[in-house]
Amino acid sequence: MKTYLLVSALLFSVGLAGALTRRNAIIVLVGVELMLNAANLNFVAFWRHSADPRVLDGVMFAVFAIAVAAAEATVGLALVIAIHRHFKSANVDDASRMKG
Amino acid sequence: MDLILALLAGATVGAAVAAMALRDVVHCVLFLTVSLIGLALLYLKLGAEFVGFVQVLVYVGAVAVLVVFAVLLTRGGDAPTERIANAPWSGALVAAAVFAMLARAILGSPSLGSPSPETPVPTLSVKAIGEGLTGGYVLPLQIVALLLTAAMIGGVVIAMREKEGE
Repeated sequence: MKTYLLVSALLFSVGLAGALTRRNAIIVLVGVELMLNAANLNFVAFWRHSADPRVLDGVMFAVFAIAVAAAEATVGLALVIAIHRHFKSANVDDASRMKG
Repeated sequence: MDLILALLAGATVGAAVAAMALRDVVHCVLFLTVSLIGLALLYLKLGAEFVGFVQVLVYVGAVAVLVVFAVLLTRGGDAPTERIANAPWSGALVAAAVFAMLARAILGSPSLGSPSPETPVPTLSVKAIGEGLTGGYVLPLQIVALLLTAAMIGGVVIAMREKEGE
């Protein structure tokens, strides 16, 4: 149990470091995906070690979180493509103007 | 801690580190895929087969391909920059601080302290999940369906080519 939680914490930290520091917008999104996956691993680990594994809450949470993460990836990557078309760059530093 | 768990955990975290640290974006995405597969295997090891297969289908099958497409679409104009990260040390420091806090909470937690006697891996049939999805979880299911539809339409609208001459 602790091993899973530690792996999850490590994944979250790695994703956070990437999302905070990388300059490519796609890699920032990848870091966010890693953080979401770390949360999912926690859900499943706590479900596995809960008192009654027949209660489906943990698994359902993970499944719905995966679905929401897929939606987030869709919109995020569409935004990256739109920004790239506008600024001719996928670099988050170049997209600093709010006025098009 | 058994060997398989150690190997899976090492592969998953190592691939995640590589995905965040490598210079070439395509390599990053490939290592992200490795990390996601490792996570799916961890789910399988935890006995959540459905989540593991959903992870493979959605993440490895769809999201990874989507990210690769985005990488290839946004490649053209970028000159390869010398720096891949802004202030990498402060970001790593923040992440290390977060990890230290989380690890302290995990290792110091009294409720996690006593190692529970190794319970047999619970069998969770897909039938039970299906009954749950159509029974008690039907409202979240509908909301997710609406969200996915909205996200799909939104993605198409956002990524659609801007009108000429605007």
